[in-house]
Amino acid sequence: MSESFGNIEAILDRFPPQPEHLISALQDVQAKFNYISPATMRAVCDHLGVPISRGWAVATFYKSFSLVPRGMHDIRVCLGTACHLKGGGRIVEGLERELAVEREHTTKDLQFTLETVRCLGTCAIAPVVMVDEEYVGEANIRSLKKQLKKI
Amino acid sequence: MERINNVADLEALRESLHAAHDPERPVVRVCLGPGCLAKGANKVSQAFRAVIKAKKIEASLQPLIKETGCHGFCSQGTLVNLDPFDLFYVQVKPEDAEEIVENTLLKGQAVERLLYGENGTRYRSSSEVPFYQMQQKIVLRNAGVIDPLKIEDALMAGAYASLAKALTTMTPEKIIDVIEASGLRGRGGGGFPTGRKWRIAAANARKNPGSVYVVGNGDEGDPGAFMDRTLMEGDPHAVLEGMIIGAYALGSNQGYIYVRMEYPLAIRHLTLAIEQARAMGLLGRNILDTGFDFDIQINRGAGAFVCGEETALIASLEGRAGEPIPRPPYPAEKGLWGRPTIINNVETWANVPCIIEKGPDWYASLGVPHSTGTKVFSLVGKVKNSGLIEVPMGITLGQIVDEIGGGVPGQDRFKAVQTGGPSGGCIPYELKDTPVDYDSLSKVGSIMGSGGMIVMDQRDCVVDVARYFLQFLEEESCGKCLPCRLGLKSMLEFLDRFAKGQGSQEDIGELHSLARAIMKGSLCALGGTAPNPILTTVKYFEDEYLAHVVEHKCPGGVCRDLITYSIDPEICNGCGLCIRNCPQECISGEKKKSHTIDASACIRCGQCMDVCPVDAVMVA
Repeated sequence: MSESFGNIEAILDRFPPQPEHLISALQDVQAKFNYISPATMRAVCDHLGVPISRGWAVATFYKSFSLVPRGMHDIRVCLGTACHLKGGGRIVEGLERELAVEREHTTKDLQFTLETVRCLGTCAIAPVVMVDEEYVGEANIRSLKKQLKKI
Repeated sequence: MERINNVADLEALRESLHAAHDPERPVVRVCLGPGCLAKGANKVSQAFRAVIKAKKIEASLQPLIKETGCHGFCSQGTLVNLDPFDLFYVQVKPEDAEEIVENTLLKGQAVERLLYGENGTRYRSSSEVPFYQMQQKIVLRNAGVIDPLKIEDALMAGAYASLAKALTTMTPEKIIDVIEASGLRGRGGGGFPTGRKWRIAAANARKNPGSVYVVGNGDEGDPGAFMDRTLMEGDPHAVLEGMIIGAYALGSNQGYIYVRMEYPLAIRHLTLAIEQARAMGLLGRNILDTGFDFDIQINRGAGAFVCGEETALIASLEGRAGEPIPRPPYPAEKGLWGRPTIINNVETWANVPCIIEKGPDWYASLGVPHSTGTKVFSLVGKVKNSGLIEVPMGITLGQIVDEIGGGVPGQDRFKAVQTGGPSGGCIPYELKDTPVDYDSLSKVGSIMGSGGMIVMDQRDCVVDVARYFLQFLEEESCGKCLPCRLGLKSMLEFLDRFAKGQGSQEDIGELHSLARAIMKGSLCALGGTAPNPILTTVKYFEDEYLAHVVEHKCPGGVCRDLITYSIDPEICNGCGLCIRNCPQECISGEKKKSHTIDASACIRCGQCMDVCPVDAVMVA
């Protein structure tokens, strides 16, 4: 996860230097580097001509931006209404215990980031957990534990 | 992909596509909607391809595999439709592909065991299945039918014919007249008459010449709702076509679609659809040789529920934090970059081509007066048949839950239906005959909202659900105005106490008056509608609130501080799973003998109940 400026320039080149592209540029930077570091934030703001204070204001307002490195694997437990009714809350608690990490945090070995999301839009198969790109429908803590051991 | 230069080109292309298609050639439509994907639809589709390849069928006779968007009946996934046999298979697994190819595609016979069955009847076609029978698909006309990644498929289904009609035979004024006469109202929740909104924006644009913008709101943030997702994934061209027609009516040259980042597939499908439409000249310069220029850009949301609110959405499009501003001025007067802007939900946009094609009278004849047309709902929660449905407005809540949804599994009636997401309310079983339209729903204290419909049964607790929505909104409040920022926190404190069996009867009254103040004082609809879940649950389920604060009991068995877990010795088979999974190690018992929970050490995490294979764990 190196932060070479050659890489970031390739991303910034896609955006005309206008403040309106701040969110999109930060999204692409995060997708590449997996979080927004002070250095990348400065590069984005310099390129778009945005005061750095506004860069941080945006990055801290929107939930999807991470200011610390994230884990190799994302576990996203849906807590939408249907998942809430069908025990999504118990699944997060179970995973917190299993991974020894609080929700919205990353394990010490940087393997997993455990997140909760308010609705993945797959309510018909609640409760739902996403492990990286894979949807796990009608999830239960037992099969999730097994699945995580395999990773 | 060749550019379509004019309407004649468009129709010629459509004809040649139809001519090249042999109606006898078998088509396998595999649903790749989110529900089916989670059940392995990708593998089903791959299995079909592998089996067909292995059979070495002559190329021109080879069945076509189409990967479609969501077909709706998510609880029965993976869904497969087969033409020209008009067969509908449910719960298809990859290993079924061989039998389907052999028996159905090659011999034309149905595989009986894969047909959907209910009460002893097996249904061959999806149109006969009770879940689909009361539905009427307009917005979702092509979702689950076409391959959303191929514009040719959409064209064969009639896409962009309304655009051609609007651009070449209608004036912008006439289009606005038609939309207004159709009675179409905003599908994102507000229910504002779409035609009137357009008329206001058009008038403002005339008064104040310059750029005008159209925006598709696909920031579907309500938990428990996935209508927009399905539409954008399953038929992106319907949204684009509606927006191009709207842009022409308003004289706009630039559109935006704002999609939440939790929907990567929707973003992918829309991006591809835009690229294909652009390559064909249906977006870009001089569309269909009419001199009209228009293009669309996609903006991804960044995880803020409040950005579904139109002024916050505009702030986000401009690259700022999504904080709402007071209205008026409405975006139709001063929106993006201070210019007149029309923001409609993507479902609203997808209605537009149908109205142009079939006329406003046809549209107004659907549904009920003041709520015309159809509405898409996600029917989820404690209901047998869950999935995505599209029904004419005015159908009753009971019809939706009991007839389409098949009722609550294992119980004879539902307890409540939550509509409208965090801004909506809980409607009790006693009001099951309430027609589902804008006005009837607001009369009972809820709202239509964007279309989430969450069914609750006797094992759900209304205090817990009200608390759930408040927690959600308190987290999502942008913090700009005080009534919402602090008011929601205070309301949540009340509910936190109730959930612990604390508080008093007077507190319920206090909560009520606080709720009223927040409704009146908040800057935007997030705070303004936040008290709805509480007001409706207090109104219809006051006894349940009293059970919590007076009797210290949770009748639904949900609120953790008020329940105890135990194991039914008659049912327990002594498998030991709960013992191994209990984080407190407070369950004991010998193998093959009934286990017991030590209530003094139990933290009521419910893990034992979730893992028990025979449902022996009880909560009281």
